[in-house]
Amino acid sequence: MKFTLTWLKEHLETAATLEEIVAKLTALGLEVEGVEDRAKKLSPFIIAHVLEAKQHPNADRLRVCQVDTGREVVEVVCGAPNARTGMKGVFAPMGSYIPGSDITLKPTEIRGVKSNGMLCSERELQLSDAHEGIIELPGDAPVGQPFARYAGLDDPVIDIAITPNRPDALGVFGVARDLAAAGLGRLKGADIAPIPGAFQSPVGVRLGLPKDKAHVSPAFVGRYIRGVKNGPSPKWLQDRLIAIGLRPISALVDITNYVMYDRGRPLHVYDADKIAGDIIVRLAKAGESVLALDGRSYTLSEEVCVIADEARALGLGGVIGGEETGCSNETVNVFLESALFDPLTIAATGRALGILSDARYRFERGVDPATTIPGAEIATRLILDLCGGQPSELVIAGAVPDEAKTVAFRPSRVGSLGGLTLPEADCRRILAALGFKVSGEGARLEAIVPSWRPDIDGEADLVEEVLRVHGYDNVPAVPMGRPVAPMGVMTSSQKRVRLVKRTLAGRGLREAVTWSFLASADADLFGGVPPSLRLANPISADLDTMRPSLLPNLLRALGRNADRGTVNLGLFEVGNEFHGDKPEEQRLVAAGVRGGMTGERHWSGPQAPVDAFVGKADALAALAAAGAPVDNLQTAAEAPGWYHPGRAGVLKLGPKTVLARFGEIHPAVLAALGLSGPVAAFEVFPEAIPLPKARGGRSRGPLKASDFQMVERDFAFVVDRQVTADDIVRALRGAEKTLIRDIGVFDVYEGPHVGAGKKSVAVSVRLQADDRTLTDAEIDTIAGRLVEAAAKRTGATLRT
Amino acid sequence: MNEIRDLEQELMAAVRAAGDLAALEAVRVAALGKKGRVSELMKALGGMSAEERKTLGPLYNGLKDRLTDAITQRRQALEAAALAARLEAERVDVTLPVRGEPQGSIHPVSQVMDEVIEIFADMGFSVAEGPDIEDDFHNFAALNFPPGHPAREMHDTFYLEPNEAGERKLLRTHTSPVQIRTMMKQKPPVRIIAPGRTYRCDSDATHTPMFHQVEGLVIDRETHMGHLKGCLEAFARAFFEVELVEMRFRPSYFPFTEPSAEVDIGCAFKEGEIAFGEGDDWLEILGCGMVHPRVIANVGLDPNEYQGFAFGCGIDRLAMLKYGIPDLRQFFYSDVRWLRHYGFSALDIPALGQRGVQ
Repeated sequence: MKFTLTWLKEHLETAATLEEIVAKLTALGLEVEGVEDRAKKLSPFIIAHVLEAKQHPNADRLRVCQVDTGREVVEVVCGAPNARTGMKGVFAPMGSYIPGSDITLKPTEIRGVKSNGMLCSERELQLSDAHEGIIELPGDAPVGQPFARYAGLDDPVIDIAITPNRPDALGVFGVARDLAAAGLGRLKGADIAPIPGAFQSPVGVRLGLPKDKAHVSPAFVGRYIRGVKNGPSPKWLQDRLIAIGLRPISALVDITNYVMYDRGRPLHVYDADKIAGDIIVRLAKAGESVLALDGRSYTLSEEVCVIADEARALGLGGVIGGEETGCSNETVNVFLESALFDPLTIAATGRALGILSDARYRFERGVDPATTIPGAEIATRLILDLCGGQPSELVIAGAVPDEAKTVAFRPSRVGSLGGLTLPEADCRRILAALGFKVSGEGARLEAIVPSWRPDIDGEADLVEEVLRVHGYDNVPAVPMGRPVAPMGVMTSSQKRVRLVKRTLAGRGLREAVTWSFLASADADLFGGVPPSLRLANPISADLDTMRPSLLPNLLRALGRNADRGTVNLGLFEVGNEFHGDKPEEQRLVAAGVRGGMTGERHWSGPQAPVDAFVGKADALAALAAAGAPVDNLQTAAEAPGWYHPGRAGVLKLGPKTVLARFGEIHPAVLAALGLSGPVAAFEVFPEAIPLPKARGGRSRGPLKASDFQMVERDFAFVVDRQVTADDIVRALRGAEKTLIRDIGVFDVYEGPHVGAGKKSVAVSVRLQADDRTLTDAEIDTIAGRLVEAAAKRTGATLRT
Repeated sequence: MNEIRDLEQELMAAVRAAGDLAALEAVRVAALGKKGRVSELMKALGGMSAEERKTLGPLYNGLKDRLTDAITQRRQALEAAALAARLEAERVDVTLPVRGEPQGSIHPVSQVMDEVIEIFADMGFSVAEGPDIEDDFHNFAALNFPPGHPAREMHDTFYLEPNEAGERKLLRTHTSPVQIRTMMKQKPPVRIIAPGRTYRCDSDATHTPMFHQVEGLVIDRETHMGHLKGCLEAFARAFFEVELVEMRFRPSYFPFTEPSAEVDIGCAFKEGEIAFGEGDDWLEILGCGMVHPRVIANVGLDPNEYQGFAFGCGIDRLAMLKYGIPDLRQFFYSDVRWLRHYGFSALDIPALGQRGVQ
C-alpha cells in the first residue's frame, strides 16, 4: 500500500524524519518496499516566466525565449510549438540533469543562438509521456519557486507491503496507529463528529438475505445527499490519489477512494436518481448479470451477494459497483453506501469472477466493522465540503456485530515464548497503545481485542504484538543447547542417496535436477500415469503430468545438449517418480543416461559407442555404493518397454525384488524424443535394497584371508546361443560351494569354429582352500565336477 | 711367452671388436668356454711339471683375469648402449593429449543441501522427509490456513485431477507439511530439518514452477524466539563462512507461526556481486517463527506443554547467494555448460573441516 508522508502526518503528529519512519515501519512488520522521493529528482526545476518568445533567426521551428527565472533573465532556444510570450513554464538551468532524456544540460549554441537552459515537457520530468509541448502553468504560478513544491510532488511516497493478517494497515490511519504505538508520535483523527441529517432519505435499505446467509452482509449504512455538484476534485485530493497510483475521476468517486485508503473503509456512491425504489441487499438470482464499473458484464451465481434496487442488481456488494448507477458529472443527488460484508463470501466471489478490486482486497482480509457508521460520516463531511448538498439522516439496515474477543494473556509468555523479558507495565502500555483494553493484575491479564484486529485470537498473537512494537531486534539471540542423546542425523536411505550421487558423479556423470512433471506424451512412452497424476492447472502443456520415470526428462536434456554440440555426455538425477497420488506411490530413483561415445575421439585408438554394459556398470556401481549385495544379484533379460528388448535387463535380489534396470533405450522411444542413439540408461531403486542386518555397532569383524595358494583354471565351454553366461556361472558355483573364490568370463565367441547356433564362453575359475594348498589331484577332481555340472545344467561341452 | 702375449692381444682385440652382446658372448665362449682357448691352456697346466706350472700358472691366470674383466666391462658398455638405443626408440611425443575421462559433477542444489545438513547436524538436528504430492490437510489445514483465506491464494498451488475417491491432491507448496508428518509420528523433543522439492504455479525470471526448500522444526518445552535467533545466526555464519553476519528479524505473517518473522541478512552489493558480513543493504533469506499453538494442537500435542520454532528457507536461493549464480531458471535446464561451471566435484563433500580457508 502506498501513501505520502504528508498524508501520514495528518494522522500522526511526529517529529520523526522520513528515515526514522521508514525504519520503524519495517521494524513493525509493515515492510517498506520503496520510498519514492520525487522532490529529489526534480530539485533543479523551477517555475519561470517566458517574457518574450520570438522566431529563431535561422530555424523555422525554433523560438528564442527570454526567460525570467526569478533570479535572472536568460536566453533559451526552444523547439516546442506552444512556447509563447507571457506563458509560465518549468525551467531547467545549466547543469541540471534531465531524468526523462538522461542528459545533463551544458551551455550550447543552437543555429547561432546561445541557449542557457531548457523549458521542459512532462516527459522530460518523467511526469507522463506527454512531449507535444512544454509544460504550461497557470498565470499565478510563483516564478522562481521549485516546481516540485508547487506541483505537490515534494511529498515522498512510501510503499509498504501488508501481510494478509493486517487489514487494519490497509488505511493510512491504521499505519499511523502502529507508529504511534511504537512511540513515533501521537495519533490524530480518531474522533469523528456525526453529521445531523436534514431529512429522511427517500431511498430506503432492506437486507434481503436468507436467514442462513445473514452473515454475508450484516449491516448496511446509507445516506442520501441532495443537491451536490460533482466535478473534478480539488488539487490536494487529486495529488494524493495520483501519488499513490490512482486515477482521479470525479470528486464523489475520488472521495470514496480517499476514505478507503485513508481509513481502510471501502464505500460506494450511487447516482440516487438512477435507483428504482429502495436498495436491497440480496443474493443474486442464478444467471442474473451486472454491468460493472470495470466495463465488463458478469453473469452471477446464487452464491454472490448483490446490491440491488427494486428492478435489478446494481453492483456486487463489497467487490465492485455497477456502471449504470455510477456517479457522473451530472449527478445531483447521491446515495452513499458504507456496508459490511463477510470476508469468505467476498473472497469466493472475487475468485470466481476474477475481479481484483481495492474493495475486495480489503473486505476479504476483514474491514473493521466499527468503521461502518464513521466511514459514512467521514465521507459525508468530504462530500458536503467538496460538492455541497444537504445530507439525509443515516439509513441503517441490520446492525454492526459486536463480537469483541477477550484473550487471556500472561506477560511472562513474552519471555518464555518470545525470548524477551519485559515488565508487565510495558506489555500493558504497548497493548493499550494498539487499542487493546487490558484488565486484570499480575501474572494473568485479559485483553479485549480492538475491532480492527480480526487476526488476534490467542496469547501468542499478543506476544507478537508486544514483541514487534518493542522491537524484534531487542530479542537476544541464545545459542541452541546441545541435545543430550546423540541422534542419527540421516536415515539409511538418505545416506544411500548421498553416496549414490557422489559415486555416480565420480564415474563421470553430471547431476541434473529436472522438473518432476513433463508432457503427457512423454509420460506415455514410459508407462504413463493414472488420471489423478495430471495437473489440473499446469503452467504449460509441456509440464502437465507427474513423471512416471526420471528418464524422459533426462533424455530430453541429453537431446538439448546434443543440439548445442555436446553429444558424448552422461547425466544422472536422484528424485521421485510417481505412480499414484498416495505417499507410498512415489518412488525414489537414481537414474542416469549416457549418449554418444564412451570417450572423445583420441589418437591412441578408436571410440566405442555406449551400450547396455555401460548402463549396467553404472547401475552396479550405484547399487554397490548404496550397500546392495552386488555379488548375489541375478541379472535377468527382462526390462520394461522403453528399453531395447534385446539389450536391457534387470538386477534382482531373489526372484522378485528388482533393485535396478539397465540397458539401451528403445530406438522408437529415442525417435519419439527426437534423439539419435544409442543411449545407455539405468534406473536404481535405493529403497528396494534391504537394510544391512544390525550387528551392533560399526565393527567389521576380523579379516578372514587364506594364506594358501590360489590356482586359476580356464575352461572354454561351447553352448547353445541362448544359454547365458549367468547360467554357466551358476552351474559352476552350484557344483563347488566352498573352494571357488571367483569366476570370471573373459571371452565370448560366435562363429564358424563353434558352429551355427552355438557360442563359446571362456571362464576362469579361481580356487583356494582356507587350510591347505590344493593338490593337483584335488584340482583335477574339482575341474571334472565343474565340467560335468556345466554339461548337465547348460548342455555345455568343452571346446577342443 | 710371446705366444701368450700374442694370444692376449688377439683376444683383447676381439673383445673390443665385439659390436653387440651376442658377438661378445661368442668371444667369451671361444676364449673362456669349456673348450675355449684360454680354458684349454689352463687345462694343459695339469699335465705340466711343477716347475712349468710355477712359471706358466700365474701367466695363464693373469690372462684369464684380465680377459674376464675386459669382457665384463665391454658387456656393461654394450648393455648401456643397447638400453640407450631402446630408450631412444621408445621416445614418444609427450605433448600429445591424454585420453579424456568424462567428468562428473554434483548439482549445486545437492551440494547446498549437504552443506545445510552438515551445519544443522552439528546443532543436533536430524533429516526428515515427506512426499511431493500432498493433501490439503498436511499442506494447509493442519498448518492453520483457514479455507478461503487469502494466505492460501498467495501459494499459487498446483492441483492434481481428482482421484478415484474424488479427492484432489496437490503438489506441496512448501516443505512445512513435513512439520505435520514429523510431529504426528514422533514425540517431542523434535529437532529436524526437511529439505526437498516444492512447487508453485508461477514462472517468470525469478520464479520456477519447482524449487527447493529446507524446513526446520524444533519442538520441546522451552525453546523460544531467542533460540530461533541464535540457531539461525549460527547457521548463517557457518553457511556463508563469515565471522559475523548481521541479521534482521522483521515481524511478518505465516498462518503456522506466531510470532512470525522474516529474516534479512546484511550484505553489500559490489559490482554485481554480493558480499556478506559487510555493507548496509539487506537481503531476505527466510521466513520463521514460533510454531502456532493451533498447529501444535492439530497434531495432537498440548500447546500448553509444548512449543518451539520453525523456519523455511529457499535452497536454490541460498545456492545463488553463496555461489553467485545469477539465474534460477538455469538450475533446471541441465545445460552441461552450466552444470560444469556451477557444479561441484564428487569428492567435495561438505564437512566442518572443509569450511573457509586458513
